[in-house]
Amino acid sequence: MRRSGRSLRLCAVFLLLCSVQDRAAAIELQPSSAPSLSLDQALTQLTSDDETVRETALRTVIEQGDAALIPRLDEIRANADRSVRQAIKPVMDLLKHRANLENPDQDVRRSAATDLGLARRGVAIPWLERAAGKETHKWVRYTMEESAALLRLAADDQATKLEAIDKLAALSSQNAVPSLKELADAGRAASATGRQQELSQAAAAAIERIETWAAWSNAIETIFRGISLSSILLIMSVGLAVVFGLMGVINMAHGELMMVGAYGTFLTQEFFKAFLSPGLFDHYFLLAMPVAFLLAASCGLLLEATVIRFLYGRPLETMLATWGVSLILMQAARVYFGDLTAVVAPAWLNGGQQMMVGVFLPNNRLFVIALSAICVAIIYAVLFRSALGLRVRAVTQNRNMSACLGIPTRKVDAYTFAFGSGLAGVAGWALTLIGNVEPGLGQNYIVDSFMVVVTGGVGKLAGTIVASLGIGGLNKLLEPGLGAVYGKVCILVLVILFLQWRPSGLFAVKGRHADS
Amino acid sequence: MAEDRDIHLSTPRETSPAFWVTGFVLLVLMPLLNVLPPEDSWLHLSDFSLNRFGKFLAFAILALGLDLIWGYTGILSLGQGVFFGLGAYCMGMHLMLTIGKESVYGSDLPDFMVWNQVKELPLFWKPFYSFPAAVIGAVLVPTVFALVFGFLAFRSRIKGVYFAIITQALALVAWLVFNRNETNLGGTNGLTDFKQLLGFRLSESGTQRALYVITVLCLGGAYVLCQWIIRSRAGKVLIAVRDSEQRVAFSGYAPANYKLFVFVVAAALAGLAGLLYVPQVGIITPAQIGVLPSLEMVIWVAVGGRGTLAGAVLGAVSVNLGRSVLTNYFPELWPFMLGGLFVSVVLLFPDGLVGILHKLRDRISARKSAPLAEGEAQA
Repeated sequence: MRRSGRSLRLCAVFLLLCSVQDRAAAIELQPSSAPSLSLDQALTQLTSDDETVRETALRTVIEQGDAALIPRLDEIRANADRSVRQAIKPVMDLLKHRANLENPDQDVRRSAATDLGLARRGVAIPWLERAAGKETHKWVRYTMEESAALLRLAADDQATKLEAIDKLAALSSQNAVPSLKELADAGRAASATGRQQELSQAAAAAIERIETWAAWSNAIETIFRGISLSSILLIMSVGLAVVFGLMGVINMAHGELMMVGAYGTFLTQEFFKAFLSPGLFDHYFLLAMPVAFLLAASCGLLLEATVIRFLYGRPLETMLATWGVSLILMQAARVYFGDLTAVVAPAWLNGGQQMMVGVFLPNNRLFVIALSAICVAIIYAVLFRSALGLRVRAVTQNRNMSACLGIPTRKVDAYTFAFGSGLAGVAGWALTLIGNVEPGLGQNYIVDSFMVVVTGGVGKLAGTIVASLGIGGLNKLLEPGLGAVYGKVCILVLVILFLQWRPSGLFAVKGRHADS
Repeated sequence: MAEDRDIHLSTPRETSPAFWVTGFVLLVLMPLLNVLPPEDSWLHLSDFSLNRFGKFLAFAILALGLDLIWGYTGILSLGQGVFFGLGAYCMGMHLMLTIGKESVYGSDLPDFMVWNQVKELPLFWKPFYSFPAAVIGAVLVPTVFALVFGFLAFRSRIKGVYFAIITQALALVAWLVFNRNETNLGGTNGLTDFKQLLGFRLSESGTQRALYVITVLCLGGAYVLCQWIIRSRAGKVLIAVRDSEQRVAFSGYAPANYKLFVFVVAAALAGLAGLLYVPQVGIITPAQIGVLPSLEMVIWVAVGGRGTLAGAVLGAVSVNLGRSVLTNYFPELWPFMLGGLFVSVVLLFPDGLVGILHKLRDRISARKSAPLAEGEAQA
């Protein structure tokens, strides 16, 4: 302990004053003037009737004991009366957290450090500092240092306090803000002493620094959430855009094809649960992607063959017919699967990445962002680097001429539609990470993805990308101020106003058509 | 879609006898069957049936407007539920205020405001103390809203699929707004528990009968109005817009103005439908104005036969009748049926029930005079 004698004396006086409210805090901060005990003696004296004896014993346990004592303490606790039980409980917690500081799992280390910081026991300061010195993981070390500084803030020594304030400001610690505010307010009172005013100034400066940082990290998180939502929108609407852009078909059942993909994921999971060893379970999710793609693509193929091919060139009729299909699919899912089905995300998608203080990026969101990028890349490859893509583009530009050149236009239509539907399945697969698998899954997103396609313009993937970025970003930007509902109202108004300026979307196909 | 859809162009100038027959059945015969025969007679029409029919006829008014804009002008509006809802909520607010001290909490404020600890009536509720204001509002609010929305949409030449999607988004947003507005509009529960209208108890069969008769009269009026619009020069332009908007524009007309006009008329009719619907059904909730109800309204018109006014009325009544029968016996089956209707009406019978009737009539007349029909078929 790096504590001067004066501070210890002050400590003693202070503790005498507050020992009534916070006995446990008193225990570890008192100077060890009492005769030292061996651990075994201490354990037997824990149940002593004499309070001072008991406190000495507890202090000894904290100072000398380790996690191995917990079962014995538990035993003692079970047989003791209420006041003893209450005194032993925090001691056990302290020991447990102390042991956890060396746990191989970083999350456990981190939460132990957080708990020690919240427990307000000065005795934990050296533990935390020792652990921080050995810690290799950046953010666990950060938490340990933050907790140690928080504990130091409660010390009585002016210099230590000031140092702790500086440290917390340097760490941009959000957790410190309430205590710092208290200090700042105390210094502003009329009765404040010079020392309190000094502390108050330091605390106020620290709060300002922390809050500036918080504003920045908030902004970064908002941007991240915007990108995350945008990529979800992109994944959902990109299949729609392929079909709408290249074939002029508005597929209202797109949302239900997503649902098919999501249920495909669910079924793959159930299959793994039922037939394969639990060790393989984490891999189910990767395997579920092709399953989702193929399931949705074959549904799409069927839909094209039975309904859509009779309706080419009549988009409004297609809209109504596919809406009917969507109702049937949705009700079928409801009848067959019931209302709610959860998919368990694989372990490697749990948790997240800490980028900087106050900015935490969940793995599943990062995964969706990466997936949307991959999807776009694959679509580009298919459309612009493959034989099918060449034919699709040819058919889009001039169906009759393509047919004359020997391109099987009917087949191209069917494959394009199946490909777009497969993309919806992949979107459904990704959506299982974010929400429940339910019959209404597609309905929740369909209007949004239509808005993206309309805003982006038909026929150009770039439009879909920019529009989903714009709408997703705007959504997250408006949400904190306006709330989810009025944010959406606002976006609709903005889209309508935007269409005033560009009636056929951001990236309209250029041509000489006065009217198409 | 235009080539086989010129039935209305050949309709004679005078109103057909079917109109008067239907009018007589709806306006005179059905209320009489409700009043005169004893309750156990098979001729007796129960209060429930009459009331239910009144609801369908209110829907038919909306369908007329939708047919005007979709069937005749070719603009698919998936937001008709919003205008219906605006009209219905205007009337609902009036009915809510006339409950007065009879409400559960005995407060001057509507019950849901008491739950939500609203102390004072919001300003926009105040005009609805007056009945004329509520009636005018129920038609005017959707009209003005459609005027603004339609102006923005048509001026920038948003059309076809784009217009459908924008109106669908409008329906979604309206649903969200009404749903989340607990303190001002009752949230998910909507407005309900109405007691009286102009001093008449809504629970009495006499009041309901009167409301039914008013609905029939309004429907007749709406029908005549729509017929008048279609037979006017403007109606010809509307049909021309549907067939080729480009040619209309190049002929020196401004299609946007005609489209705006018909969109506003459709919205006003939807508002009127909402106004008549609320006192007969006794509740209006956001669930009736969202995306799905708005799409269902389109299907009424499609099933009846788009591009014929009689078809719109027939479709609204028959689909709703089918719904109310089927949901009674097989609630799980109705979404399948509805979905199947969407698909089959588009794929199999694009002219709807009226188209089927016309075909039957043609076939019968063809059998009567076989040689003549052959010549017609070739023409």
